[in-house]
Amino acid sequence: MIAVLGLQLSNPGAWVFLAFAAVTVASALMVAVSRNIVYSAFSLLLTFFGVAGLYVFLDADFLAAAQLLVYIGGILVLILFGIMLTNKIRDIHVSNDTTNPILGAVVAAGIFLVLAYVSLRCDWQVEDRPPAATAHEIGRAFMGRYLLPFEASSVLLLGALIGAAYLARRSEKKEGA
Amino acid sequence: MIASLEWFLLIGAFLFATGVYTILTRKNAVSVLMGVELVLNAANINLIAFSRFIKPVSSIGPQSVALPMEPVAASGIYGAPWIQGQVFAAFVIVLAAAEAAVALGIILGIYRGLGDVNVDETVRLKG
Amino acid sequence: MHLLDFIHQLLPFTRDWADWFVYVLMVFFFAFAILNTLVAPLTGISTYIERRLAGRAQYRWGPNRVGFRSLLSALPLTRGLTKLADVQPIKFIGSKIPGGLLQFAADGLKLFTKEDIIPSGADSFLFRLAPYVVMAGSFAAFAVFPVSFWCSATNLNIGIFYVIGISSLVVPGVLMSGWASANKWALYGGMRAASQIVSYEIPVAISLMTVVMLTGSMNMNDIVASQLSGYGIEKAGLLGWNVFRYGGLLVVPFVVYFIGGCAEVNRTPFDLPEAESELVAGYHTEYSGFRWSFFFMAEYANMFAVGAIATTMFLGGPLPPYPAAFTEGLPMLARFGEGFFWFFVKSYFFVLVMIHMRWTLPRYRIDQLMHLCWKVLIPIALLWFVIMCGVKMWRMEQNLPKHPAAAAAGAHR
Repeated sequence: MIAVLGLQLSNPGAWVFLAFAAVTVASALMVAVSRNIVYSAFSLLLTFFGVAGLYVFLDADFLAAAQLLVYIGGILVLILFGIMLTNKIRDIHVSNDTTNPILGAVVAAGIFLVLAYVSLRCDWQVEDRPPAATAHEIGRAFMGRYLLPFEASSVLLLGALIGAAYLARRSEKKEGA
Repeated sequence: MIASLEWFLLIGAFLFATGVYTILTRKNAVSVLMGVELVLNAANINLIAFSRFIKPVSSIGPQSVALPMEPVAASGIYGAPWIQGQVFAAFVIVLAAAEAAVALGIILGIYRGLGDVNVDETVRLKG
Repeated sequence: MHLLDFIHQLLPFTRDWADWFVYVLMVFFFAFAILNTLVAPLTGISTYIERRLAGRAQYRWGPNRVGFRSLLSALPLTRGLTKLADVQPIKFIGSKIPGGLLQFAADGLKLFTKEDIIPSGADSFLFRLAPYVVMAGSFAAFAVFPVSFWCSATNLNIGIFYVIGISSLVVPGVLMSGWASANKWALYGGMRAASQIVSYEIPVAISLMTVVMLTGSMNMNDIVASQLSGYGIEKAGLLGWNVFRYGGLLVVPFVVYFIGGCAEVNRTPFDLPEAESELVAGYHTEYSGFRWSFFFMAEYANMFAVGAIATTMFLGGPLPPYPAAFTEGLPMLARFGEGFFWFFVKSYFFVLVMIHMRWTLPRYRIDQLMHLCWKVLIPIALLWFVIMCGVKMWRMEQNLPKHPAAAAAGAHR
């Protein structure tokens, strides 16, 4: 299978790629099945890190750094705060219950098999393109063709900022009254 | 290239499946949010992988036509055609940040109101 | 492939080993070499300087005993060698080493031999993992610093953005240590540190992006190269540095960056995460021995990183303050040394400023800290970003006929 997918193991980069892929897959599995929600969250750290590494292998250096900055520095910290603010500080082993794990596993396995079948059987129109710097191109696309979505997403971010602050603040006042 | 497109698609599919499993089976709302992030990451891997490997064309098939993209072909003021997948991924990252902030605000609100973040028990609006 | 062949030639016995095993060994070897040659001495000398300066600030001596002889007598193996310290050439060299300079080495030995305590209630896996995450976050940034003229470990196209991104690994690491310690002071310290670093990342990033916007590149070597000339002078020396260019307008982002940087490394006056009168020692309360020293080294490495980023983005990096034409005739190695000297001196200046700040200023309160970030630094940084946008557009307007991209845009209109 490995040879079929064209991974040359004599290349050091292939081993690094395999390491990142293994980290991503194993930690994603850990997020899904861990009994401890804190372990799930810190596995998510490894998943995000591994995905950033995969972006580097796809020559998407700008998005890899953005992934680190936004997912690890932002979203993961938010999730950790969410865990720590919604649980008692004392219990270190915070359980993470599941419902219908067998049914969920069947559905997830089905989805994975269909996606894997499609991605292995489809005749992809692959283009052999030399790697190019992406930051300039992304900037041009944002300032040109995608200017309206770009502005809309900035308005969305502002709305999310105000909305999140409002949601958190209102309950505080209610508590104090 | 070190790894072929299929590798990335398989990893993306696996992340998607684990994300779906997490969303379906977890009771804790924060865990469900983690599943959503996994799904978004899976989508991003696919977007960037297609952006890296696939020729920008209008349809797959023998008579596929290159899209009339931009007035400047390679890398004009609008950006090269092959960058679109990465631009989409950047939008997904932005949306994920906004979504996580609002979701955490809602989860904290639920916790303050109900004292729990179990998604099975937030049924107050049920008729 | 080339790398592996090289290793095989260098060490013939590795031919029998599996490829991946050689790679893993290589990674460990490089990490070991970098930690021992670069990071440990840097942090060690920094602690010595900090303690001496603290002594001066508090009207006492600071470390002044442990020198050459004490180091020899520290270990049983070398204790027999203490007699050698009286032999003339060694005695002369030993007398030149100021007393206390080797205190850090003695402390390092002590930390190395200390018992590694993991609290019984702690989550031992995460407890052990956390120092490595923090350390990785602070040292990975060193890969892109332009330590001399056009010389950095990697010439990343997105240099400064990579630094901002990779240093955010510190935040989950700190939260991890706080949580895994099963100690409420540690958890409070970790959450304070996380909220503080996340908040101050915003003004820091905006002020750095101001420079990126003006330079038109995120590559740190490009940013250095752009500071060679200024005010229409080729090789302008001091005048080309970003702080002095643009009529000195960039002083404001520079100050915002430095204040934010101090807050990001959790130094006084922003050391709320480690406030010893409230939280014992914050997120590393429960750590001891070498694990504790990992946090310690990460803090000093972070201080140096803040100085190095400020140097690169605002003070010309390795560029000397005199016009570069003065030393252009020198041989390659001397030029390299010159660049390294200026980069190091400028970066270390900021470390010294941070040390002085620590021993002269009292600590902020948490509400003052957040007020300073959200209501003072972020508005100033945003305002200055817009102002510098105006400056950039004005300059582009002046260069319009010559600028190829702008000319192309005009043609399509």
